[in-house]
Amino acid sequence: MTTRLAGAPDLLRLAWRRDRILVPASVIGLVVLSVGSAQTTLELYPDDESAAAGLAGILTNPSIIAMYGPLASQTADALAVFKTVMMGAFLVAVLGFVVVRRHTRTEEDEGRLELLGSGVVGRWSPLAAAVTLATVAVVAASALSAAGLAALGMDVPGSVAFGVAWLAAGLATVGVTAVAVQLASTTRGAAGLGFGFLAAAYALRALADSADDGSVLHALGWLSPLGWAGRVEAYGANRQWVLLLGLATLVAGVVVGVAVLERRDLGAGLIPARTGPARAGRILSGPLGLVTRMARGTIVGWTLGLTLGGVVVGSLLGSVADLADDPVVSDFLEQLGGSAGTVEDIFVSTELGFISAAVAAAGVALALRLVGSERSGLGEVVLSTPTSRLRWYAANVAVPLALTTFLMVVLGVVLGVVGPAVTELAPSLGESVGASLAKLPAVWVLIAVAAALGGAVPRFAPFAWAVLLVTFLVGELGPSMQLPSWILDASPFTHLSQLPGGTFEVVPSLALVAVTAVLVVLGGVAYLHRDVA
Amino acid sequence: MTDVISVFGLHKAFGNTVALDGLDLTVREGEVHGFLGPNGSGKSTTIRILLGLLRADRGTGTVLGRDPWREATELHRSLAYVPGDVVLWPTLTGGEVIDLLGRLRGGIDEARRRRLVQRFELDETKKGKAYSKGNRQKVALVAALASDVPLLVLDEPTAGLDPLMEEIFQAELMALRDAGRTTLLSSHILSEVEKACDRVSIVRAGRIVDSGSLADLRHLSRTRVHALLRSAPTLAELEAWPGTHDARVDGAEVWCSVDAEHLGDLVATLGSHGVETLTCQPPTLEELFLARYQPQPA
Repeated sequence: MTTRLAGAPDLLRLAWRRDRILVPASVIGLVVLSVGSAQTTLELYPDDESAAAGLAGILTNPSIIAMYGPLASQTADALAVFKTVMMGAFLVAVLGFVVVRRHTRTEEDEGRLELLGSGVVGRWSPLAAAVTLATVAVVAASALSAAGLAALGMDVPGSVAFGVAWLAAGLATVGVTAVAVQLASTTRGAAGLGFGFLAAAYALRALADSADDGSVLHALGWLSPLGWAGRVEAYGANRQWVLLLGLATLVAGVVVGVAVLERRDLGAGLIPARTGPARAGRILSGPLGLVTRMARGTIVGWTLGLTLGGVVVGSLLGSVADLADDPVVSDFLEQLGGSAGTVEDIFVSTELGFISAAVAAAGVALALRLVGSERSGLGEVVLSTPTSRLRWYAANVAVPLALTTFLMVVLGVVLGVVGPAVTELAPSLGESVGASLAKLPAVWVLIAVAAALGGAVPRFAPFAWAVLLVTFLVGELGPSMQLPSWILDASPFTHLSQLPGGTFEVVPSLALVAVTAVLVVLGGVAYLHRDVA
Repeated sequence: MTDVISVFGLHKAFGNTVALDGLDLTVREGEVHGFLGPNGSGKSTTIRILLGLLRADRGTGTVLGRDPWREATELHRSLAYVPGDVVLWPTLTGGEVIDLLGRLRGGIDEARRRRLVQRFELDETKKGKAYSKGNRQKVALVAALASDVPLLVLDEPTAGLDPLMEEIFQAELMALRDAGRTTLLSSHILSEVEKACDRVSIVRAGRIVDSGSLADLRHLSRTRVHALLRSAPTLAELEAWPGTHDARVDGAEVWCSVDAEHLGDLVATLGSHGVETLTCQPPTLEELFLARYQPQPA
């Protein structure tokens, strides 16, 4: 046992040294998210009467519960954390995943673990160090948030339960990742398993939470760690024991991970690398084809995901219709989405806003591959052929722009077909596609930010993620947190036309397209004039 | 003969680190040119400048008659490059990468591709992720050697190959030279350079310390001489002869090294002492190399 863990403390110190910005910054960000949004909500709804009277009716609506999970109670406290329980649990889970993967499979994939492993380092040590650091990060985010909420004067057992909700999801994800990084033989494969798990967990709890209490489907929500976060019911039932589920998953994951680790070779996984064709297909004939081919997994995965998303949102339109005559509902939805029009229109607009942010993430990830390939040395290989820098840059910008456009069309079409089939009050096919496309300028701006950073200052390219996250949170929480308008205006999402239901405003959309073009050109010009290597 | 690569006074600094400090390099058409130097001496930086990936801070020159920075794309139509640390797309197979690179370079010689794959015993169906370092190098080498281009730029191409494969690589390189191709071969495997290269340039701390044919370089260095004589000179006498160094006398045997221009004189003088056996050993490349890397006396 001790030889298996030899060097683990040193590896833990190394991991902490490498993550001394990432982990504290993420923890602080999460605490600001939970405490900050709770504080502003409580300023708006200082007591249970104002909260319950205005909003409780809406929050029992299946479509919103599908998005955020159940409302724990009709109190101001429960309202103050309603969005952040689920949003935060998801982000805490992502943090746990990222930290574990960074120090295990990524290290192994890049060959660094081989160097370390040849020293006095036990077989279990890298996993032990990664799991320890991830657990510390997840505990810190949860505990500090709970303390912060209690410090705002919110109910103390409820605040603890809030921490438990985040922690259960986070610990479980750390455990699942401990297995995933053993199964997959590549960093990307581990990402596929990890995010696939989170997406499945989210989808399962969305379905389960919108099903009737007591139904089998509703009970299945207990299989999802994100479902646990909602079912703790912080500031309501306060089911602190849910933490045991998270702990059990963590322990089980580590045990299984170690068992796999005992049986596999360094560098291998249980899912073996497959062979492929000996000759290249036609697509691999130029830079554009190469970039497209390398994005194949992304293209297929996101197309399936958005088709499913369109079906889910379209079907939920049926239950939104039940609320059509409640005026309070439209007030609340307007706050969420800031739209005009029918309840269906507002609902669609809100959902499209959410999904377009996710689509932007896919686009940013693809746009950042320009920098990724430069770092790995693949860019050098391509640029030593007659491929000009301009064409290489253009291909790496064009593919994310085209893919996100395609994805929003897919979403609009599916929504426009499913919605009218469910309720005649749903936006038409044309309206859905139009509304979906109307979100694109903001998506493009975020891709252009990534392209410009990658083209001009590759070191800072990862800041594109920060820009995406901040614009999303500002757009999502900004209006209810009553942030100053200049902050709201800095987010491209603020300037989108509210469709369906509203009118399409040409000027702001054209302005966003112009910003996109300027950023892309600036990045390209810088890329042509800098050293690449 | 024209020069395929001729660059002068290349300077390149990364922050405070000076990578190149006035480097000159001339590679003639049709030759295999060895580019020698230890790690960190500036070989890869030079190659990246020659490829137009990096821009020299100062310095002028052309590759295949073109400015490598301003006309990189045009230049790349006429060269194939194998990087020192070959990375492949993790999800593409070796065969796919060879085809891709061939197409990006504007065509590949199918017959040569097949022959090379066979000779290098390369499994083309494995994904990039699954190859060992040596096999990744083979993929890049096949793609480069099978391209119809006048210039090959190879950055330590055999570092991961086994001796058998290195032999095959050498043979292929010779065949290409006979076909009139030019190769810039960066390496620190001296035996390889000695076998394959017509001329070499030795780089040290960002500048060329020597350039020329191996014969030229040897000429600049000392030959080692060992002789068995009927009447041996004393050590003092031996040391006094022009151009001799490291002299040693043991009975009838003498050892010394001698500057190239004094070799003839030495042999004549030895002759007057009654030579019974005489061996003259030209310096190995290793000695040439080490001689240029000994810390220079202040």
